[in-house]
Amino acid sequence: MSGVVSYLGGGRAHVERPALEERRGLRWLLIALAMGFLALFLLLPLGVVFLTALRDGVGAYARAVADPETLSAIRLTLTAAGIAVPLNLVFGVAAAWLISKYEFSGRSVLITLIDLPFSVSPVVAGLVFVLLFGARGWFGPLLSDLDVKIIFAVPGIVIATTFITFPLVAREVLSVMQAQGSDEEEAALTLGASGWQIFRRITLPKIKWGVLYGVILCNARAMGEFGAVSVVSGHIRGETTTIPLQVEILYGEYHFAAAFAVASLLALIALFTLVLKHWVAWQSRRSLEPTPAAGAAVPARAVRGAAT
Amino acid sequence: MSVRVEAMCKRFGLRKEVVGVDQVSFTAPEHRITSLLGPSGSGKSTLLRLVAGLEVPDSGKVEIHGEDVTRTPVRERRVGFVFQNYALFRHMTVFDNVAFGLSVRRAPKSEIQGRVERLLSLVQLGGYERRFPDQLSGGQRQRIALARALATEPRVLLLDEPFGALDARVRVELREWLRSMHEQTHVTTLLVTHDQEEALELSEHVVLLADGQIQQAGSPSELYENPRSGFVASFLGGAKVLTGSVAQGKASFGPIGLSTAVDLADGARVEAFVRPHDVRLEKVSVAQLGTELDGSPGASGADSAPRSTEPGAREALVERLVKVGSYVKLSVLLPGGDRLNVQMPRHEVEERGIAQGDRVLLEVRNVKVSPAIDYVI
Repeated sequence: MSGVVSYLGGGRAHVERPALEERRGLRWLLIALAMGFLALFLLLPLGVVFLTALRDGVGAYARAVADPETLSAIRLTLTAAGIAVPLNLVFGVAAAWLISKYEFSGRSVLITLIDLPFSVSPVVAGLVFVLLFGARGWFGPLLSDLDVKIIFAVPGIVIATTFITFPLVAREVLSVMQAQGSDEEEAALTLGASGWQIFRRITLPKIKWGVLYGVILCNARAMGEFGAVSVVSGHIRGETTTIPLQVEILYGEYHFAAAFAVASLLALIALFTLVLKHWVAWQSRRSLEPTPAAGAAVPARAVRGAAT
Repeated sequence: MSVRVEAMCKRFGLRKEVVGVDQVSFTAPEHRITSLLGPSGSGKSTLLRLVAGLEVPDSGKVEIHGEDVTRTPVRERRVGFVFQNYALFRHMTVFDNVAFGLSVRRAPKSEIQGRVERLLSLVQLGGYERRFPDQLSGGQRQRIALARALATEPRVLLLDEPFGALDARVRVELREWLRSMHEQTHVTTLLVTHDQEEALELSEHVVLLADGQIQQAGSPSELYENPRSGFVASFLGGAKVLTGSVAQGKASFGPIGLSTAVDLADGARVEAFVRPHDVRLEKVSVAQLGTELDGSPGASGADSAPRSTEPGAREALVERLVKVGSYVKLSVLLPGGDRLNVQMPRHEVEERGIAQGDRVLLEVRNVKVSPAIDYVI
């Protein structure tokens, strides 16, 4: 389950533990180590991306981004993410609902299967779809009879992206649903609510931040996916290249400034995702924490409420 | 609007290996509070969830006011359910919580407004409409949960250990409050509890469960005064079960020096249920002590004759003595090795000068004697 950080972990309040505190010197050493590592492996490369992208000036940067092939790659990336994310949103919420609310045989198998895309190498995942839908694959003859192209075409890219990003929403929503239990849903049921009313008025408000968090992660991965998409794409310029593939093509042809200009788009998406992620985590923490009014602040508020 | 449960069976687990309830039948009388009482794991909560429809029975029948609702979905059963952990909708205000049942039924706004106001004043939380559940204390939350359950005018109110998560003082307060609220509403109520005091105090009918089966059902005084088994006697009132045998038409229990005339054949095994507060202790006087200095109570044996001049009294050793407010809890070691819990008013203990390690004489009143039945705890 690489790469999935449960957002509930981020919801825990900071706790002071004086007894666990290290000596001052060791603490500074650890902080310096962590910061140095971060600078070397994250900030430096990120800086290089933007510096190289702007090496030939803003004009060259704009030209590289406005190149028809690049624009087509951006369009394809948006299309793939635009289809994969909503699909995984629906699948993910449905799967999480099923697993957390019902007891059935095969439940643990389903939980394991959801993690499958994370445990399989993306390249292997891409190859699986080539073997299924490729010209000489299982469904190859059928597809060519119907004149449907999946591999080396847009549908293949969408399918591969969907497969790779499937666990992100499901896992996130599942952990939130399991943490919250079903008591409120049962209470709503005894009060006469229908299944849809329960989902819309009770479950959805409870899980909305988890869902949004999952969608953000899912979208980031969908836009940045390289391995599986590379296998099924066929690298047809201006047709089946996504942003990461376009970066590879430009780099392979020694258009360094252009390659980094396009790469900087992905870096911007990543930075934007990071900010959004933090905002969502902060929002969900606020909604999870009891309002600090439970004690002394309440009477004051009540008095104010009564006065107005 | 009585509730009838007939031959209810429910097992859990993928292979149905865990017994929830087993062949349970009982009737909860109309307009009354009926307690489902039992230790944890006795199946009482499962039984309540079966009545609500939150669990599907393997076999058996549920009737509400004569109507078979076994196959009726939860939301059409018109039951009010209150959970131990409140299960309030935490993203909704108190008003929206109480109004939920009405708004999903699309009741008119004005009606909802009026009903919620009435209910909040019934649970003494008028003016709290705009608060969120997180801003309320545990007792207040549970009262809101009750108001929410009552909003839809349920035919039956089902309470699943409603005071279980609250501290002792609030629990006693809410118990009083629930009783007075029931006097106003008269809703047929099923109350699940493991607290015998709660059951005896609140309900007019008690169903005592253990291991998924009913041990005894009846009025509180019936269960208390005529326990059908040692389990019932020890669960209600914490009685100690002593076994004895019948000889010449008399049941005798050596350790407490008790013998009672019974209508049983010689050699039959009998049980005596002794409650902690039915035992009085008297300090052994110095004169009596002198004759007994050699033998410890444990070694004196169950078959030797009572040393006391009083009939029905025997000697024991005070092992432990704890003062709990107005009364004193003692644990005494009987000759023969049995231990008996005793509860005495504090002033009596102090007047008699009883202390830990003292030799005492036992005097037992109100002992229930019945033929021994094999029961499973």
